[in-house]
Amino acid sequence: MDVLAVLSVAVRGALGPEAAIYALAAIGLNIHFGYTGLLNFGQVGFMLVGAYGTAISVLSFDAPLWVGVLVGMACAVVLALILGIPTLRLRGDYLAIATIAAAEVLRYLYRSSFAEPVTGGVFGLVQFAGEFYAVNPYTAPLELGPLRFSERALWLMTVAWGITFLAAGLVWLLVHSPWGRVLRAVREDEDAARSLGKNVFAYKMQALVLGGVLGALAGSLLAINSQAITPDAFIPIITFYLWTIMILGGASRVLGPILGSIVFWFLLTFLDAFLRGAMSAGWIPGGLLAPSDIGAVRFAAVGLGLMLLMVFRPAGLIGNQKELRLDVR
Amino acid sequence: MSDDRHEDLLAQRESVREQEQEREDTPSVGARRAAAALAGVANVPGVAKPDAILVADDMSRHFGGVRAVEVEHLEIQRGTITALIGPNGAGKSTFFNLITGFDRPNSGRWSFDGRDISGAPSFRIARHGMVRTFQLTKALTRLTSLENLMLGATGQRGERLLASLLRPAWAAQEAGIRHRAEELLARFNLSHMRDEFAGTMSGGQRKLLEMARALMVQPDMILLDEPMAGVNPALTQSLLGHIETLRDEGMTIVLVEHDMDVIMSISDWVVCFAQGKVIAEGRPDDIRRDTAVIDAYLGSQRSLQEDQT
Repeated sequence: MDVLAVLSVAVRGALGPEAAIYALAAIGLNIHFGYTGLLNFGQVGFMLVGAYGTAISVLSFDAPLWVGVLVGMACAVVLALILGIPTLRLRGDYLAIATIAAAEVLRYLYRSSFAEPVTGGVFGLVQFAGEFYAVNPYTAPLELGPLRFSERALWLMTVAWGITFLAAGLVWLLVHSPWGRVLRAVREDEDAARSLGKNVFAYKMQALVLGGVLGALAGSLLAINSQAITPDAFIPIITFYLWTIMILGGASRVLGPILGSIVFWFLLTFLDAFLRGAMSAGWIPGGLLAPSDIGAVRFAAVGLGLMLLMVFRPAGLIGNQKELRLDVR
Repeated sequence: MSDDRHEDLLAQRESVREQEQEREDTPSVGARRAAAALAGVANVPGVAKPDAILVADDMSRHFGGVRAVEVEHLEIQRGTITALIGPNGAGKSTFFNLITGFDRPNSGRWSFDGRDISGAPSFRIARHGMVRTFQLTKALTRLTSLENLMLGATGQRGERLLASLLRPAWAAQEAGIRHRAEELLARFNLSHMRDEFAGTMSGGQRKLLEMARALMVQPDMILLDEPMAGVNPALTQSLLGHIETLRDEGMTIVLVEHDMDVIMSISDWVVCFAQGKVIAEGRPDDIRRDTAVIDAYLGSQRSLQEDQT
């Protein structure tokens, strides 16, 4: 087994566009949960409306791609309002139920046969991001020893990581302002914030919209990345990967989701490449593990890693451990 | 324990007792002012006050068949310490919740400072200058003490989403708020906790923090829901001192409290609730002798004892 090759695959996974996209969606989730305490279990729904908003605008309405991305973000605003208006006045768990259900309802809606003329039904939509690749400034692939990024990947990585770090910068500015202070107060105790004259509902709504828009932007990038989207790419488990990423890195830390995503994707791709290499080298007997099981085993391993993290570093990799030791409520 | 420390404690206790004595012997400016303002007021439930800051009419709140609050008329005099007393379940806290917008009444109108605030949301009532604290202290545990206080300031430009991104737009105001918060922390002897998470504070410190935070709103009236519950005697004295100082500065204070010694020593006016209704109100000395209050709340043993002293 070529250790260097395995590592380079893992590094490519950790720095690739998917890692950036998941980090961006997790930053949105961090605004929801980490700073405001909103239990959003449907972040993938925001990604879905972002991705389809982009693709449909381009394919059905011949809009430029950047307009499509804006439409995707506008869809997220609408979704956040629809979810938030009835549930944000209620206790936190109602938002959790509503979001997880809404994300699934949206997936079924977009894959239904009556929506097929617009959404492409179960087959989805393809080839809508040509504009993006047409303006690729990179003309040659980047090669660093065994590590190789194609010009296409380089362009995507530049844009995706650029947007992700811009979003992190935005979050930094927001949470280090009086606005962010109110947000954290809402997370700690809504009634206390109310008793001090803060319009808690408005702040929760702003947080829900903002985090949802970042999720939609991630969805648009995901669509552009693969040039093909199907509703079944937006299954609930994506939301739970995002939660894993956020908790892994450290919730309510600006760079937590970014670090979490890099580590998450490194582990996933590393385990995948490692297990495959080990199997072809004959280190693992065929009776114990079939090649088709690798996908499941690597997630089991990530789950185990997360459990160990929760035991030994419950606030995440860069979370404030002191903060977590406080009795909350 | 060394002897030195023991003597320190004794001296401390002595000073507390002296303060207590002093309070009863020489009424403060605010107490005299309040007594003068309330001089001509009869001690009957629902009586009109010369300068009422809060007026509530026909307030009712039912939980199923339970009539938790049924207040026909109640006025709170400006610049006084008014205590709400009554047995558990009498409706004191529910009445608090109603007038501060944390609960909605089945019926009723109430106004604050001449402005009708019936049915207004809680955050708006707070902005009008009527701020409350909670029976179960609500310290914002994962914010520092300083942040807890700074949150209380109203009209912060940086609390708007877009403006928050432009630091120059709010930096000067923020510095002013920080300065005010630090002053309040010092006043409540919490300066050493400035950058500690509120979650690391003791119960008594949290009570102080909550009161200081409410003052950051710069209210005209502050409602304290059992501020002395679970607080040691020395700290009770210090809390009482703070409350009296606030009244002397012209603030109106309403408190729910069960400790009768506390009530009799600091309040200018006492309102007694029982089964949701106001059954009596008056000066502390009138209330002590009021037969309705004795029956419903104090019990005959207690009031006799007080009479003999």
